[in-house]
Amino acid sequence: MSNVLLEARELHTYYGSSHILHGVDFCIHKGETLGLMGRNGMGKTTLIRSMLGLVKPRHGTVSVRGDVMTGGPTHRIARQGIAYVPEGRGIFPNLSVRENLQMAARAGVDGQRDWTFERVMQTFPRLAERINNGGGQLSGGEQQMLTIGRALMTNPDLLILDEATEGLAPLIVREIWRVIREIRDSGIATVIVDKNHAAVTSITDRSMIVVKGQVVFDGASTEVRNNPELIQKHLGV
Amino acid sequence: MDFTIFLIQILNSLQYGLLLFLVASGLTLVFGIMGIINLAHGSFYMIGAYLAFALTSLTGNLMLAIVLGLPLAFIFGALLEWLLFAHLYKRDHLEQVLLTYGLILIFEELRSLAIGDDVHGVNIPALFSASIPLSDTLSYPVYRLLISAVCIALAVGLWWLMQRTRLGMMIRAGSHDRDMVQALGIDINLLYRTVFALGVALAALAGMLAAPISSVYPGMGGSVLIISFVIVVIGGIGSVWGALIAALLIGFADTFGKVLVPEFAGLAVYLVMAIVLLWRPEGILKKG
Repeated sequence: MSNVLLEARELHTYYGSSHILHGVDFCIHKGETLGLMGRNGMGKTTLIRSMLGLVKPRHGTVSVRGDVMTGGPTHRIARQGIAYVPEGRGIFPNLSVRENLQMAARAGVDGQRDWTFERVMQTFPRLAERINNGGGQLSGGEQQMLTIGRALMTNPDLLILDEATEGLAPLIVREIWRVIREIRDSGIATVIVDKNHAAVTSITDRSMIVVKGQVVFDGASTEVRNNPELIQKHLGV
Repeated sequence: MDFTIFLIQILNSLQYGLLLFLVASGLTLVFGIMGIINLAHGSFYMIGAYLAFALTSLTGNLMLAIVLGLPLAFIFGALLEWLLFAHLYKRDHLEQVLLTYGLILIFEELRSLAIGDDVHGVNIPALFSASIPLSDTLSYPVYRLLISAVCIALAVGLWWLMQRTRLGMMIRAGSHDRDMVQALGIDINLLYRTVFALGVALAALAGMLAAPISSVYPGMGGSVLIISFVIVVIGGIGSVWGALIAALLIGFADTFGKVLVPEFAGLAVYLVMAIVLLWRPEGILKKG
């Protein structure tokens, strides 16, 4: 069995009549850390949502661990060990912090239970302090920690983080990066979407740059870091 | 009013209100979580009552009929969700109303074909057919107390299910963000099917329990449907606990309305509704 966790080939996705993805190829291997970069509106989130089956691609295939699962169902794709931290968080405000975590708990694909409630509490001491608060009462940073903690409760092999640090205070951002590093070091593959390309390229092995629904670069993150022209051309504001 | 009569009316109000809660809780859950306006919900009450009649004729005992009828109602609900309601989630309310109104007609016609249009009685099981004497001339039937007790137990059970179990957490989460629930590996369709079937089973149970008191007759789902919608709206759409408070309020308004101002009895319920909605346009409790 190959060690490709998630793979997309020739993905074309539309929102109504607007063509968002123009034949995107994507893949991530076990334990790999991948940065997904591109300016706003280039199709990063659409790519993620298409692979998770939350949006149905019109053409192309998505395979999870080698099985073709294009278009979902989403819960089956997630059950293959893929956890998603969406842009704009996605906590359940009508559930307490504890309930947000408990409802997601399950063993991983290989039966691993590395991420328990206790471990999430240790990783995010701030959540432990607010465990009985409603999800809606948390600050933005705490909500982000809760979303990441909740994703970890599913004991994933792949964690997809879409703009996990957006709009957060610098101190919290540093805390989030610390946790992402810890997750990476624990062997979980991660896809990181973030505006801070310096941080992304320093934490990831490989980087992809998406422009107008097409992949314009796919290679070592060091290559992006050492190539200011590439950054200026595709990522600069 | 004599104290004993007053007591009897209070017990009647509670029993009626709690029974309405069984019907309304399913209606409010299905509306609050799946966003479906289900006009056929009253039919499930009717189907429950007829199921109680048919199964009691078959087995000779209402309790046995309920034990057999509940799983049947649950399975029926799950099938109906799979066959029809699952296709309604992304449709607008007009299409939901059309389909579910059509279902009322279909269910009534099927009922007419299968059992006929006569009014039928269902016997109270011997075990609960006694009455508790309250004064020399007045007594209260044990069976009505039993209905209240069963409803209270179910309300507590429903609270426990929604607040204390993972299933309840998933249901509440699903009412907020469908995509996110799926992305966490939870089969939202199965979750919805379960909630819907649960709502059908609760409404059918209400019909089964009510059958010996109200008897079984054509169109019995219609009035229950309307009053259940009143409860859902007063309680706050989607709120189970709001529905409980509203159902009790309606139970009292209706029962005491009939005793105190019999000429305007039909008005009492809607007067309560108007007052509550003037006070709180979104209902007593908001969804939660």
